[in-house]
Amino acid sequence: MGHWLDFIGVTVLLMNLMALSSSRIKSCVRIVAAQGALIGCIPVIKYFPCVAPVTVIFPLTNIILKGVVFPWLLLRALRAANIRKEVEPIGGYPFSLLMGVAIFVLSYWVISRVSGPGQPASVLNAAVSFATFFTGAYIIVSRMKAITQVIGYLMLENGIYLFGLVYLKEQSLLVEMSILLDIFVAVFVMGIAIFHISREFDHIDTEKLSQLKDIMATGQDL
Amino acid sequence: MMKTEIAQFALSLIISPFLFGVVNRTKAIFAGRRGAPFLQLYYDIFKLLKKSAVYSTTTTPVFIAAPIISLGAVIVALSLVPFAGYRSLVSFENDLILFIYMLALSRFFIVIAALDTGSSFEGMGASREVQFAVFAEPALFLSLVALARAAGQMSVSDIFSRSAFSLWSSYGPMVFLVLGAFFIVFLAENSRIPVDDPNTHLELTMIHEVMVLDHGGIDLAYTLYAAAIKFWLLGSLLIGVFFGPQTFGWGIDCVIFVVSMVVLACIVGIVESTFARLRLLKVPHFLIVALALSVVAVILTLR
Repeated sequence: MGHWLDFIGVTVLLMNLMALSSSRIKSCVRIVAAQGALIGCIPVIKYFPCVAPVTVIFPLTNIILKGVVFPWLLLRALRAANIRKEVEPIGGYPFSLLMGVAIFVLSYWVISRVSGPGQPASVLNAAVSFATFFTGAYIIVSRMKAITQVIGYLMLENGIYLFGLVYLKEQSLLVEMSILLDIFVAVFVMGIAIFHISREFDHIDTEKLSQLKDIMATGQDL
Repeated sequence: MMKTEIAQFALSLIISPFLFGVVNRTKAIFAGRRGAPFLQLYYDIFKLLKKSAVYSTTTTPVFIAAPIISLGAVIVALSLVPFAGYRSLVSFENDLILFIYMLALSRFFIVIAALDTGSSFEGMGASREVQFAVFAEPALFLSLVALARAAGQMSVSDIFSRSAFSLWSSYGPMVFLVLGAFFIVFLAENSRIPVDDPNTHLELTMIHEVMVLDHGGIDLAYTLYAAAIKFWLLGSLLIGVFFGPQTFGWGIDCVIFVVSMVVLACIVGIVESTFARLRLLKVPHFLIVALALSVVAVILTLR
């Protein structure tokens, strides 16, 4: 069984790298959705013979939300905002890919050093969860479009969820549900916000958004 | 005991040009043509061996020596790779390093001969070859290191003849990553389609072909043969991952191995017919994928 967990871990890692090296936002959305769904499958595999509300309802909600609802919301926002490609990040996509690998190496080192809350179920998956978390953070800081930053945010959450799965003996239904609800609301709001921003300003490039300043506040700088 | 190893070595020396025929036939079938005979490369090599080479006045002895050195280096590398899960002709502790260096030496001499012609056209090809080698070589090396770490062996022959097959159960994900990296490196090093197009003679797209443009006669025969052996060499690494220690007895194992090499050649032909060549600027990105896979594979063996 540990073998399967390792396979899922490596697949999640490869999805990180794919999301980092892809310039099409649509495929990024799909990759992160698939990643979320895949991580959602872990508890099902982990507790396979045992059927209880915690091991069935919660993973199912998770898989449906991350694998179906979020991509649907994001793809709708993409269509509404009429964007397809991300702007070239600093250093280009090959550099991003190498950064992804560097992040994984770093997280492996960190995981081997840190004495966490108990022994992780799989060191590889613990490292992958860290790497997913940091890759999400890296996507947020390196990409220009608001919608890609939402994708980074989702990936970051995937990392946190995987981390919980690896370290905790069992999920606390209440905590996980409240996190999921938070994320759901966040993605929902961001989907709407992106649509409105793009309708007002014809783009969702955050580089340009940061130039919006209050004339009174900045004074003669303008 | 030594007899089988010499027989395997001779067999791979003889069969390797045949694979190019398979690739070309597959491509021809996809294009709806009848295609050249399977043995076309043998005819070409024998025809060229009978001819003498023409040397330009700008070239130095380096240009004359390069094809034979490059062929020699590739043959030395070939003697280190196992055949069908059996021990290779030559093997010693840490010959992994020699293997990588022999491939690098072969490339170095092809490149330096291209520069030696003084043609800017060939210089361009040499520059591209070296640029892509920067990514392909570490990827190959790190993949081999990952296998070596997992197997606990530092000789190419030991990795593949003793333990490559058993790694599937203990290091499954790692072997998948290594296979991916090997395949990309295999396509790139043999100047196959996503990276280079062996058919074109357009300056925009050539990498390997442009470097050997000024070789003629017997030198061209050496170069063609070296390319065929390199194809066999890297292909047998890729196939070797699937082959364990002796399974059905020598004869049957060899037949299975050769058949899987032919299947690999067919796959290359299919890739060549269905994929488009990448833009030159995108090629490093493709190769970095191989590099990333191999780095992750090495990390996975650290546990």
